[in-house]
Amino acid sequence: MNGLEQFGQDPWWIIAIKVLLVFVVCVVLTLFNIWWERKVVARMQHRIGPNRHGPFGLLQSLADGVKLALKEDLTPEKADKIVFVTAPILACVPAFVTFSVIPFGPEVNLFGVRTPLQLTDMPVAVLFVMAIASIGIYGIVLGGWASGSTYSLLGGLRSSAQMISYEVSMGLALVTVFLMAGSLSTSQIVAAQEDWWFGALLLPSFLIYCISMVGETNRAPFDLPEAEGELVGGFHTEYSSLKFALFFLAEYINMATVSALATTLFLGGWRAPLGLGTLWAGANEGYWPVLWFFLKMFFFIWIFIWLRGTLPRLRYDQFMSLGWKILLPASLAWIVVVAVIKMAAIEGGFSPNWVLFGFGLAVTAVVVLGFLNRLPEKEAQVSTPTGGFPTPALPQGGAVRGAAQPLVFGPPPTANGVRILPSPEEAK
Amino acid sequence: MSFVILAAVTVIAALGLLFARKPVHAALSLAVVMIGLAMIYATLEAPFLFAVQIVVYTGAILMLFLFVIMLVGVDTSDTLKETIAGQKVLATLLGVGLGATLIAGVGQASIATMRGLSSANEGGNVQRLADLLFSRYVIAFEATSALLITAAIGAMVLAHRERIDPKQSQTDLAQKRVADYAKSGKHLGPLPPPGTFARHNSNDTPALLPDGSQSTRSVPAILAGGRTDEGEDA
Repeated sequence: MNGLEQFGQDPWWIIAIKVLLVFVVCVVLTLFNIWWERKVVARMQHRIGPNRHGPFGLLQSLADGVKLALKEDLTPEKADKIVFVTAPILACVPAFVTFSVIPFGPEVNLFGVRTPLQLTDMPVAVLFVMAIASIGIYGIVLGGWASGSTYSLLGGLRSSAQMISYEVSMGLALVTVFLMAGSLSTSQIVAAQEDWWFGALLLPSFLIYCISMVGETNRAPFDLPEAEGELVGGFHTEYSSLKFALFFLAEYINMATVSALATTLFLGGWRAPLGLGTLWAGANEGYWPVLWFFLKMFFFIWIFIWLRGTLPRLRYDQFMSLGWKILLPASLAWIVVVAVIKMAAIEGGFSPNWVLFGFGLAVTAVVVLGFLNRLPEKEAQVSTPTGGFPTPALPQGGAVRGAAQPLVFGPPPTANGVRILPSPEEAK
Repeated sequence: MSFVILAAVTVIAALGLLFARKPVHAALSLAVVMIGLAMIYATLEAPFLFAVQIVVYTGAILMLFLFVIMLVGVDTSDTLKETIAGQKVLATLLGVGLGATLIAGVGQASIATMRGLSSANEGGNVQRLADLLFSRYVIAFEATSALLITAAIGAMVLAHRERIDPKQSQTDLAQKRVADYAKSGKHLGPLPPPGTFARHNSNDTPALLPDGSQSTRSVPAILAGGRTDEGEDA
């Protein structure tokens, strides 16, 4: 069976197992990602990170989750009770629902039944993800509003403005994928990437999607809704205990969702990477594709963590102008280019793949080089030892008096471990 | 069956829209109505309309409503005072009239089996919609988009205001602060937060200066209760 007919044929207990699997995968992924993020960021900052609970500290997030659940659940006096309670649920449920159309693998044998490793698919699966994600924004906005606190309200407003803006460029980046695949269903899009990944064919779209997925999930360097220095905690300032945990869960599942979607749409989904499928026929069959899928997904999540460990937060106006003035027109122009090349290929009877690849690479190279050219050159720091307002003059004889002698590496230690250092005269 | 459930949810949410006191609750009920409609589209084999209904109405338009309501006021509720004379009477009359017409009309309709769905969706719902939109209805489609763009540009033109003086950059502001300091000795850096070096750190406890005196500038003017002295420390 091929195409969409293979969905909707499962017996009820297979569907129940798949639903359970999606739920478990989402929750376990969240626990793992939190641990992984803390570990990687710790490495980047020359720390060790969580290492107490379980092997390599793997159970740290579980312990934190239990701690969160046992904390006191506060509801502010000025809060709008019903909306305040609904908001975290509204943020969390859509996050789980979007995972139902992500293909983890091809048709497999699940307890004796041939079934695709995907809960369901529909002709508009990718649009469905966008639609459900836009319901998830309500949770954040309403949580910010219902708390009855200024910080929360500002965080909620920022977050909704940000997510709407970046949803536009995200949606436009996906249009070229639909153009090339000729379908909106996730399993068909994966099938269309048998020869060429869309990440290579549509490089500009891929990059625009990658930027906007960071904006869409409120992650650093676009984490303005929860800018600690300005808004305390942003929309979840007033939330505690399990309600806060739900928001936290939703954020991490959303991160996994956009990574899984990027894998599906641009990196060939569950297909084996780097032409492994041509060398080893079994790589794209059975349960192996699950491994490739998760490897690719963790690649994106690692990029999320890397960005967080590296980049400072953007200013709000810069962030908005990046979304509306750069990403949006760029994706529109790229859609026109792709449509023209595809139409010319159909009329002229040639394959558009190499043309698109070359064109996309050239455009990306020009943009990256132009950006590098615009970076201000690092000027040597000019010191003004004479002093002037408002810097006082430096003391005579340089900045520091009594500084240590320059470090000298002497001869290797002798057999008994004693190192014979050269005298100052010898060092000179 | 699914229609009965969805219809019940949608009607209850629509009633909530009418009777909710707070504007935000009304907007939320409207969101539920929209999602209910989208679900009904999905059960009627129109998956594209289902997704678009949620993306456009719930995701974009209602979010905009919510945005405006939240910005205008968090706790404002509608006043029940009439602003147009006779509005209540007219609205009731027209509402009853519309309801009577609808009931009479729908009551006379007889519902047969659906026809033409499979031929309309042949080759995929999305593909058939695209075929129609970009061939038979292409003029109407383009005219609609032109209308929408005109409306958007019109709104921008109406809301636009020319800037008279150039915008001050961070460099300009920093230079101005230093110049002020050189001229009048106005403090360069950020103000001390309340409670610095003091025994309490509540917002209305002034910070202590190095000589032990209190800095009134560290307390927000509102909390200081009118003690808004410009720049001088006690």
